Amino acid sequence: MQEQKAATRDGYGKALLELGKKNQNIVALDADLSDSTRSEYFAKEFPDRFFSVGIAEQNLIGVSSGLAYSGKIVYASTFAIFSERAFEFVRNVVSRNKLNVKIAGSHAGLFTGEDGKSAQAIEDIAAYRALPNMVVLQPCDSVEAEKMVFVLSDYKCPSYMRLHRNPVPIIHNGDYKFEIGKGEILRDGKDAVIFATGTMVHESLKASSILKNENIDVYVVNISTIKPLDNKLVIELAKKTNFVVTAEDHNIIGGLGSAVAEVLSENYPCLVKRIGMQDRYGESGKPEELYKKYGLDAESIAEEVLKFVKKR
Amino acid sequence: MAKKEFVLELKQKAKGLRKEILTMIYNAQSGHPGGSLSEIDMLVGLYYYKLKVDPKNPKWENRDRFVLSKGHASPGLYVVLADRGFFPKSELDGFRKISRMLQGHPELSTAGIEFAAGALGQGLSFALGIALAARLDKKNYDVYAMIGDGESQEGAIWEASMAASFHKVDNLIVILDKNQVQQTGKTKEIMDIGDVAAKWKAFGFNVIEINGHDMQQIVTALDKASKSKNKKPTIIISSTIKGKGVSFMELNHKFH
Repeated sequence: MQEQKAATRDGYGKALLELGKKNQNIVALDADLSDSTRSEYFAKEFPDRFFSVGIAEQNLIGVSSGLAYSGKIVYASTFAIFSERAFEFVRNVVSRNKLNVKIAGSHAGLFTGEDGKSAQAIEDIAAYRALPNMVVLQPCDSVEAEKMVFVLSDYKCPSYMRLHRNPVPIIHNGDYKFEIGKGEILRDGKDAVIFATGTMVHESLKASSILKNENIDVYVVNISTIKPLDNKLVIELAKKTNFVVTAEDHNIIGGLGSAVAEVLSENYPCLVKRIGMQDRYGESGKPEELYKKYGLDAESIAEEVLKFVKKR
Repeated sequence: MAKKEFVLELKQKAKGLRKEILTMIYNAQSGHPGGSLSEIDMLVGLYYYKLKVDPKNPKWENRDRFVLSKGHASPGLYVVLADRGFFPKSELDGFRKISRMLQGHPELSTAGIEFAAGALGQGLSFALGIALAARLDKKNYDVYAMIGDGESQEGAIWEASMAASFHKVDNLIVILDKNQVQQTGKTKEIMDIGDVAAKWKAFGFNVIEINGHDMQQIVTALDKASKSKNKKPTIIISSTIKGKGVSFMELNHKFH
């Protein structure tokens, strides 16, 4: 059977449109990237409830906040990297006031590919995670992205949702229930646990198959809520395996790896291997080439796990 | 049209509130008198003459909204809100003190505050969002946003002004408290903002220029601005003096 693929940004756009049909109170804004973020689906159907601010990210967040303050449910999208232009607006207007603004940052990580360094946000999770009141989400497929958009509409708080440009396999079916703050065990194991987020969930699943051939069983867990982290699940699986791996298309500083290490260091100190960008920027190239070169592909993950398990 | 006697009363009100501003900043031994004293006449014009607000029901849905973007000038707004009865005057003693309500820069948790300011350049975008919400909700309220001249050096002000005119928001009235001085010196010397009337006109605004310490001009300008519904936002450029009313504070950046 041909594996089905779609980009998480497609799920975002599709769900936003559906949500707009159901709820008159939904508004959306974009900073001249609505074709890329897929907010254009909503914009075309509901031009009165869509506001273009031009290439002006600070104003994107400021106007979104005023609308949210006035009772609107606001979805503001741009590229992950450009949302950072408005970081202090997010801090001082959105998160400080717990405003109901859902920020969507697309084209995150090396997975963006050819556009190169300038576009590949690898610090956004770290930045938004440090803001009180913010929920930080990253779906691993388009179905999960859709579910997140719907769940967020009932969640009256600030959030940041990290999306991706290129297609990834669809691993969830329509019945999937996304819940903020809950990790999802995709593979059971015993020798190690890989907590993965976003596109790296797929690399981790592939890595677990490689490891299976070496008779190593690893848990693969989809962490789609990076904040608040599913501490209970993280601690429980760390206790079961005593070897924790994190996998993210993000700097190893401040992202999922840091979040997991923070929780474990206070509750169940054990070895945590953080796979991700090793505090450096990417470059232009195809996503799969970049993942290989920067150690984010399935083979690299499997290798790291093997190295450790053999030592044990 | 406001009667002469009423304008005189407003003038007296502003004078009394100037004293309260100084008292609360003296009590706190912290805070920004300069910008509070330059804006106070306009705030009196707004809160005692123009704005449709209800201190007993601060979240009344049809109220006019006032966004103070230059949040360091919070004392001016606090004394007005207390005097109008949004919260007890006894709160003024707690300005900038721990575990008290009145924060150094406004927070939404204080009755009557419509914007949590403190970082310059943010309030205008926020006000624009509120103005657009009025359109969506088919409400008739107006949104007033006060910015500073130093604050106009922030690029975000111009992002917001461009968008306000593009979206034809005529329920948004910007007030520029052009008090000529900023933290480290004269605005002209730090970063001259040039011919602001021409700039705002070029950005698609109706422009009204007044002496921001002349109460008659203030109320006339507010009437003109609120009546102007020509699919364009309006700005009142209010020329003021930082520290107005205290001789040694006037135009002295040490009293920012």
